[in-house]
Amino acid sequence: MPMLAAHLDPLAASLFSLLAIASLLLAFVMLGSRWLKDYMFAFGAQSWLIGILSALIGYYGGYRELYVVAALTVLFRGLVLPWLILRILRQMPAQREVHEIVSPASSLIIGAALVIFALLVAIHVTESLGLNSNVVVLALTVMFSMKLIGFQMLTLRHEAISHILGILILENGIFLGSQILVPGMPLMIELVLLFDLLVAVACFGVLVRYLLTHIGTTSSRELRRLTG
Amino acid sequence: MELRIAILLGAPLLPIVIGLALRQPRASEYLNLLASLMVLAVGLPLPFTIEAPQELLHGYLLLDPLGAWVVMCVAIVYALSSIYAIGYMRHDEAGERRLPAFYALQAGFALSMLFAPLVNSIGVYWIAIELTTLVSTFLVGFEQTPESMEAAWKYIIVVSAGISLALLGTALLYWGGSFVLGETYSLTWQSLTQVAPKMPPVLLKLGFLLTLIGYGTKVGLAPMHTWLPDAHSEGPAPVSAMLSGALLNTAMLGIVRFLAATDAAGQSLLPRTALVALGVLSLLVGAFFIVRQHQIKRLMAYSSIEHMGVLALGFGFGGPLGIAGALYHMLNHSLCKPLLFFGAGNAMHRYHSKRIEDLRDILKIFPISGWLWLCGAIAITGAPPFGLFLSEITILRAGWASPNLWAAIAMLVLLIIIFIAFLNHFRTMYLGAPLDKPVAAEPSGTAWRVWPIALALAPLLILGVWWPAAWMALFQRIAATLGASP
Repeated sequence: MPMLAAHLDPLAASLFSLLAIASLLLAFVMLGSRWLKDYMFAFGAQSWLIGILSALIGYYGGYRELYVVAALTVLFRGLVLPWLILRILRQMPAQREVHEIVSPASSLIIGAALVIFALLVAIHVTESLGLNSNVVVLALTVMFSMKLIGFQMLTLRHEAISHILGILILENGIFLGSQILVPGMPLMIELVLLFDLLVAVACFGVLVRYLLTHIGTTSSRELRRLTG
Repeated sequence: MELRIAILLGAPLLPIVIGLALRQPRASEYLNLLASLMVLAVGLPLPFTIEAPQELLHGYLLLDPLGAWVVMCVAIVYALSSIYAIGYMRHDEAGERRLPAFYALQAGFALSMLFAPLVNSIGVYWIAIELTTLVSTFLVGFEQTPESMEAAWKYIIVVSAGISLALLGTALLYWGGSFVLGETYSLTWQSLTQVAPKMPPVLLKLGFLLTLIGYGTKVGLAPMHTWLPDAHSEGPAPVSAMLSGALLNTAMLGIVRFLAATDAAGQSLLPRTALVALGVLSLLVGAFFIVRQHQIKRLMAYSSIEHMGVLALGFGFGGPLGIAGALYHMLNHSLCKPLLFFGAGNAMHRYHSKRIEDLRDILKIFPISGWLWLCGAIAITGAPPFGLFLSEITILRAGWASPNLWAAIAMLVLLIIIFIAFLNHFRTMYLGAPLDKPVAAEPSGTAWRVWPIALALAPLLILGVWWPAAWMALFQRIAATLGASP
């Protein structure tokens, strides 16, 4: 069975790898910054890269519907979602992470350790599949490590925006990986996923406003009434 | 068949569309009640009328006995909650104006839960489960107190993060299937079971574990349960009932179907062990927090974690007996947990407190519903003569015969601890020394708040003394679709 990622010509393989690695680096931008706006720009840029990747996969693999996905990715994830987040950000009193559990420098080191772990898992999976393809290893690594970095954002940051972006990174990772590994995933699923994400962020936005009016903060440090 | 599905998925639109257009609190109440009764009328006989799984709407929907069983549980809880909500949600002028929005959300929540068990595509199932979260977040935060906002925020963040793991698992399973079926195919529950044996085992196992953690978060299996006590305790009582009695089952359904796929591939040792371990851990966490609980609705919430652990054990032990016990338990839990949350909601209205220490002399304040609530508490701990006793015994028997005997023993011990601790809290509330604190006057609409309790208790009692023979045949059919032959 021919799998696109395992049979690529060298130019395509290097382009895919470049985009995947650049996306991963943008996740590190979020880990290394304290400013909430930086997170948003990093996420937006990452979405653009994923959109370009979709279009390239569509071109090299002959999947025409991926052009639609690419356009919608850029539109929704690259423009509408950052705009929505910017709107949420404008209402918030805090523009940066104030109370750090770990400093950005330590976050970067933890993130690097997570990428190494993801790489080991990816190599193990690829070997047991009997595949010999750097692109597959890379796609799995990026998919797993963005997952782990997303969880790192969720656990080690306090601000509501960091949590929202943590979840968006989780999904970007899956989106990026599945585009390379299973480009033939039915179009409908991808479209509904995009739509679902939009709804999710809208819900987050409403909730953030409620948090502000009823609790007066968007930091999860203050969310500690419910225990036991 | 199409007509029944249309009613099932169309009726909840009534309170959403017409209710929001009219903006009349009374109209919304009764529209929602009407919708829930229509859903109940269709949903109740549904599992008994399906012989074999059938695909509807060009394969987008799948109607099989297992999905129909979950739909039936959702329909029952939706109907009970809709009756109860009429009595519970009528407060004051300010609250009245928000009622149409509440009922629209409640119906939307019910709709998403009726939809999820019926979808055929695994990707769409994930989206349906995600939708249940997005709708119910606003129900959890509906009272807009700081506590409920905190609960809503934790709920949406924890569950969205958890369930994204299920999406990763689904993508890996899709990838695994593409080694067999080619790059483009549609991954449905049936095609997953067919393709699983030929899929690379590493992807099948990894995919299952990720979906187990992901949907397990939504089910409330420990240690991913952290959102559950907050969401269940801070939402209005009818919402807590729907979260606990209906929502958790719809996510459990996904785990069961993924498990069946690993069964078909003969790779089920690791998946089963993982599911059983999570089940025991849930019972353990439930037991700990039930013992030292001070808040009445959190007590019920930890009991939900416990019962989801029991379900996980039932499906994890597997075999016709385990599956039958788990299905029976699912229905019993869906009947009993709303009852308990309704009773807790009634008590909170009168005492203006959620703390167990403040609730005393229940029988003097609630001469009728107090007795019913007590019966419900005895039922939920798995004591005879109620349905949960039969189902828990069945699951234990299945565990005794399975390779996971240790889990069955742990389950027995923990169930006994929970029995003592849970009823001890009720002893304090019913027999403890009176506190001489003033109690709020009885609000109107008592019948709306008492009848659903009675309506839930009656079938629990019947199911405890009589396990209908026809049901056993149904459970065998479901077990057969899950690949467990007698």
